Amino acid sequence: MMEYLPNILFVIALIVGIGFFTRNVKKLTRNIKLGKDVDVSDNKPQRWRNMVRIALGQTKMVVRPVAGLMHIIVYLGFIIINIEVLEIILDGILGTHRLFAPLGTVYDVLIASFEILALLVIVAVVVFWIRRNVIKLKRFIKPEMKGWPKTDGNMILYIEFVLMILFLTMNAADFQLQQMGAAHYTKAGMFPISQFITPLLDGLSMSSLILIERTAWWLHILGILAFLNYLYYSKHLHILLAFPNTYYGRVKPQGQFNNLESVTNEVKLMMDPNADPFEAPTEDDDAGEPEKFGASDVMDLNWVQLLSAYTCTECGRCTSECPANQTGKKLSPRKIMMDTRDRLEEVGKIMDANKGEFVSDGKQLLNDYITPEELWACTTCNACVEACPVSIDPLSIIVEMRRYLVMEQSAAPMELNNMMSNIENNGAPWPYNQMDRLNWVNE
Amino acid sequence: MSEQLKVKTMQEFMAEGKQPEILFWVGSAGSYDDRAKKITRAFVKLLNKAEVDFAVLGTEESSTGDLAKRAGNEFLFQMQAMMNIELLNGYEIKRIVTCDPHSFNTLKNEYPGLGGNYDVVHHTQYLKELIDQGRLTVKGEGYKGKRITFHDPCYLGRANSVYEAPRELLSKTNAELVEMKRHKKTALCCGAGGAQMFKEPEKGDMDINVMRTKDALETQPNIIATGCPYCNTMMTDGIKAHEKEDSVTVLDVAEVLANSLNL
Repeated sequence: MMEYLPNILFVIALIVGIGFFTRNVKKLTRNIKLGKDVDVSDNKPQRWRNMVRIALGQTKMVVRPVAGLMHIIVYLGFIIINIEVLEIILDGILGTHRLFAPLGTVYDVLIASFEILALLVIVAVVVFWIRRNVIKLKRFIKPEMKGWPKTDGNMILYIEFVLMILFLTMNAADFQLQQMGAAHYTKAGMFPISQFITPLLDGLSMSSLILIERTAWWLHILGILAFLNYLYYSKHLHILLAFPNTYYGRVKPQGQFNNLESVTNEVKLMMDPNADPFEAPTEDDDAGEPEKFGASDVMDLNWVQLLSAYTCTECGRCTSECPANQTGKKLSPRKIMMDTRDRLEEVGKIMDANKGEFVSDGKQLLNDYITPEELWACTTCNACVEACPVSIDPLSIIVEMRRYLVMEQSAAPMELNNMMSNIENNGAPWPYNQMDRLNWVNE
Repeated sequence: MSEQLKVKTMQEFMAEGKQPEILFWVGSAGSYDDRAKKITRAFVKLLNKAEVDFAVLGTEESSTGDLAKRAGNEFLFQMQAMMNIELLNGYEIKRIVTCDPHSFNTLKNEYPGLGGNYDVVHHTQYLKELIDQGRLTVKGEGYKGKRITFHDPCYLGRANSVYEAPRELLSKTNAELVEMKRHKKTALCCGAGGAQMFKEPEKGDMDINVMRTKDALETQPNIIATGCPYCNTMMTDGIKAHEKEDSVTVLDVAEVLANSLNL
């Protein structure tokens, strides 16, 4: 019985790790589904292409070459080293050691490439850390990056660093044990990187080496399971959500804003000479409250916008390209996404505390998170949309909130109200007579 | 009064029982703004020169509603759009050309969902078409030795991926085309979009148009060309802020072309 103890402990750890992760995924999906429905069934081939190009192919990352290259290394490291994680998990369940070793040369090449990638990941992570903490790139020290977002950014780097070190230590000890001919440690794998760590282990007894190897092995896999559960509380969720987000992201020209259907119905009714404004509502009319125009809280946004909020990895490329932000205005497209996510999390927590029902907490996305000053500073230039490496559209949220301000609260800046009443009265943003529209011909 | 332009309204075409080749959507700026009216006139001179059978809506034209939409007033936008669509569909309009990227964008992308389906082109695309078809020939060396930099309007460039047509037209004038560091997809906005043109900017440490004009001035141009009446105003103001109005001119691509043809 005792000899199966490690297997049992491993399976328990795995079940707990994956169990918690499943619970997080459920919460995440529930929160995202609080958003309004939106039709994303169009243009499937383009959507697949976008996902393959932008998420899988990282095409937008390399627009900034240094960060792009480093990111590709970490990304490849993550994807490829996961093959090793598969082996580790199988070993853990079955009580085997290096289960894939019979692959021979293929195995040697695999292990060697994992090691090289692990080293490259360590280098990239160090570069990233320096960019955040020593060089202090402007986009990483904006106001919205204070507190948890800053800690989170560094935490991810520390975790990745430690995981890679553990992986290499495990291999180094393993390599040493193989050479000593320890039982179970069959000769397998090629260790181009960890062979340089091995000399540090010289002189250690076989039992100490086994202890080191086992400890590194366990910490590595437990670390991965913990990291998996850290995702939900972190900007690091992007490693999963970048895929659906690039699929569901914009396939229409960036300049095309959606036409509000609820408004279309009302406008058609107003313009229909046969419509009777005093007509009693018929049976099939939607009962209850009339639909709210625009968005003042997260439930008024659509689910793709909410998915985007969770996808945002706070890289700040949007904000660094934003003309309003560059000229010192309060607007930061990244903050729009972070606020949306934080408010959605808050709403989710309220639901958790009230048996899944949302009970108003007297707060909302508008004013409590995002101020009108930020919303009115936007030039709708789409620079943020263009800059996002994972197809997030902060502009669509800004517009939705402006709609609420204007149509539900008549709270546009005075100059804009003047402009709009001019359009209403004489079909131009200036107070000129429509009859003068052709005067330019004879001037 | 300058030379007479040949401009016919849709009503006149209707009365003759004819259809024009294209409808020229003048837009509110092009109709009322003193600076933008010069762009409208330059474009019409080019249309006249190429003998294009075009119409305008004249006093029947009304705001596309684009401005209202960007400001968040979807109601006003859709009211304007439906009125315009009723008019355009009544005239059986097939093809629309406009000098305003904002009208271009909304007519092209946002009107179809409300029942207005037209082939909409920006005037730079249309002028390129006229040249390609041999209907308009650009010759002469009017701009030889001059440096021109093109500022991409957001709603033409990023919003609708039209980058080449204006540049091709400019290069036809023998001018030296110089690019700003941020151009095409990464071009910085002039600051007018999203209804900003009609309000004071929020508190900050600089105006966007001053920053964008700085980008342009770094290329040491004689001319800053653009393809949008609002960009034109913003860049012109920016030049003044940098006190460069004596050495640098802001022109629309249509004006550059019309000048090089001595129109």
